[in-house]
Amino acid sequence: MTATAPPKAPRRRRIRPRGVTVTAALALLLGAVVVVALGVGDYPLAPGDVVATLLGGGPPGAEFIVMELRLPRVLLGCAVGAAFAMSGAVFQSLTRNPLGSPDIIGFTVGSASGGIAVIMVFGGGAAQIATGAIGGGLLTGLAMYLLAYRGGVHGIRLVLVGIGISAMLEALNAFLLSRAEVNKAQSASAWLVGSLNGRGWEHLRPLTAALVVLVPCAALLARNLRMLELGDTTATALGIPVERSRLALMTVGVGLTAVATATAGPVAFIALAAPQLAKRLTRAPGPNLPAAALMGAVLLSVSDVAAQRLLAPTQLPVGVMTGVVGGLYLGWLMLTEWRAGRA
Amino acid sequence: MPEPENRLAARGLTVGYDRRTVIEDLDLDIPDGSITVIVGPNGCGKSTLLHTLARVLKPRSGSVLLDGEDIARLPSKEVARRLGLLTQQPVTPDAITVGDLVSRGRHPHRRLLRGWSAEDEEAVNRALAATDTEDLADRAVDELSGGQRQRVWLAMLLAQDTPIMLLDEPTTFLDIAHQIDMLDLCATLHRDRTRTLVMVLHDLNHACRYATHLIALKDGAVVAQGPPGEIVTPALIEDVFGLPCQVIPDPVTATPLIVPLSRSHDTTPTA
Ligand SMILES: Nc1ncnc2c1ncn2[C@@H]1O[C@H](COP(=O)(O)OP(=O)(O)OP(=O)(O)O)[C@@H](O)[C@H]1O
Ligand SMILES: [Mg+2]
Repeated sequence: MTATAPPKAPRRRRIRPRGVTVTAALALLLGAVVVVALGVGDYPLAPGDVVATLLGGGPPGAEFIVMELRLPRVLLGCAVGAAFAMSGAVFQSLTRNPLGSPDIIGFTVGSASGGIAVIMVFGGGAAQIATGAIGGGLLTGLAMYLLAYRGGVHGIRLVLVGIGISAMLEALNAFLLSRAEVNKAQSASAWLVGSLNGRGWEHLRPLTAALVVLVPCAALLARNLRMLELGDTTATALGIPVERSRLALMTVGVGLTAVATATAGPVAFIALAAPQLAKRLTRAPGPNLPAAALMGAVLLSVSDVAAQRLLAPTQLPVGVMTGVVGGLYLGWLMLTEWRAGRA
Repeated sequence: MPEPENRLAARGLTVGYDRRTVIEDLDLDIPDGSITVIVGPNGCGKSTLLHTLARVLKPRSGSVLLDGEDIARLPSKEVARRLGLLTQQPVTPDAITVGDLVSRGRHPHRRLLRGWSAEDEEAVNRALAATDTEDLADRAVDELSGGQRQRVWLAMLLAQDTPIMLLDEPTTFLDIAHQIDMLDLCATLHRDRTRTLVMVLHDLNHACRYATHLIALKDGAVVAQGPPGEIVTPALIEDVFGLPCQVIPDPVTATPLIVPLSRSHDTTPTA
């Protein structure tokens, strides 16, 4: 600033230092979680050895364990967690409601129905289940858009219609399972819990390809999403094509949930909890996509490490961990929302 | 109907919600550079009209013309650079600060890949200063009083910096001093630059004092319009609001001053 500057130096009001700090801290935390996750297992490795191995050095034999056995699963956990969290952030912001996340309003369940249906009919390889899950998610999204559309899709109506659809699809899933042969029902049930067990590079590649398309779309639409939080009237007055933006955002949000579900099954509650926790830390309005994504990656990675080690050598599916922790969180959220008279 | 000479006009406008029609076949011209004030009883369609002019509501038939073009056919950002709206009940996002909210008014001026410019910063600072909200810039909007919040929303509209501004009841939550401040500010905006302001006001005396053009609306139709001094009569007020009154010259501005009588049969107060 020069001497001619007014006494109160004008600030760049768009930059929120707190948001930047929180995002950076979450990125560091995620890095630490990844290093720890790569080190734990039947052949434990010290964090230093893990880092050395990643950089190409490291103790003999560590490279195979880290790079081939553990890294794909850890990366997959990060990507799935981030995808669920971004989808949750998009929907919570669109509906202006913390309960408006894809695992409450039916998209995750819809993807699950698609996955189960495929397991029932085709027996289900990974690629087929993935296709079924994506198809189920998109169909659910379409159905919900049409049902909730009444001269425009509005927040609370989307949440209510979604909770209804979610309940119906849960019933459908239970029915499908009850009609299935025992072995198919068993593999479908296992998939339904959500798990990263036995996932490797071959699962990571298609997920990465989908995210390379979806994440930039979400980032581009984030500005419009922030403006939509001002309500349809003000957003329109400020030049936002409201209905078009909302449809595009729903498509991206459903896509993110669907590809995550296709990869790991309907892992519970990451989409609900991660964006809210991120928001509590950044204390900023809007979807906070980077912070939410990092938080989702951290939550899922930590849950997966816990799921693997808690009853070792028995491997729990990660969905059990997130289900227990997330269920408690949902109960608490419902209570506070109910107290605030919003739910 | 001849081509409108004014920047903002409506032709054959019919607007409604679901089955009910609120406005039917309305023609309207907003004089350029005016402070146009719309008055009328609750539910007569003032907000509906303002929302339709700002292309928030789509008319069933007819069109709103902005610079001679159908507003529905113009790109939405282009419209938002020429015409701004302050709605009656704006939605405040959770946890937003005053500075952030006001800077969102700059949206129509921003390009996808261009960052926040010095021009944006200046417009925001000017808007905060004009509405006396600079000291609130870092506060959360949720925590403000109704009147402070109203001024912040006005600041957002000012940051949008449009030649035409539509304001739906901008004085509702303000104390009397801030009401006058707000209206004075509007008058200044109107005098300083050749802006056009369209306001909905409930206080008829404020309306008469600040309007250069007054529109009296009843059941979605224009009953009278023109300079307040020429159109405001006891008969008009009785017709539009069903309220008997006397009209005397305002001792300060000589504009019409409405003195209501009681609506009961006995028009002299008993207490
Ligand atoms: N979203 C809506 N859906 C259905 N009807 C509506 C809606 N908004 C307004 N109306 C109806 O349209 C009519 C005109 O409403 P409008 O809000 O335009 O009135 P107004 O003149 O602004 O009233 P006020 O002085 O109370 O603000 C009213 O009868 C109202 O009930
Ligand atoms: Mg109104």
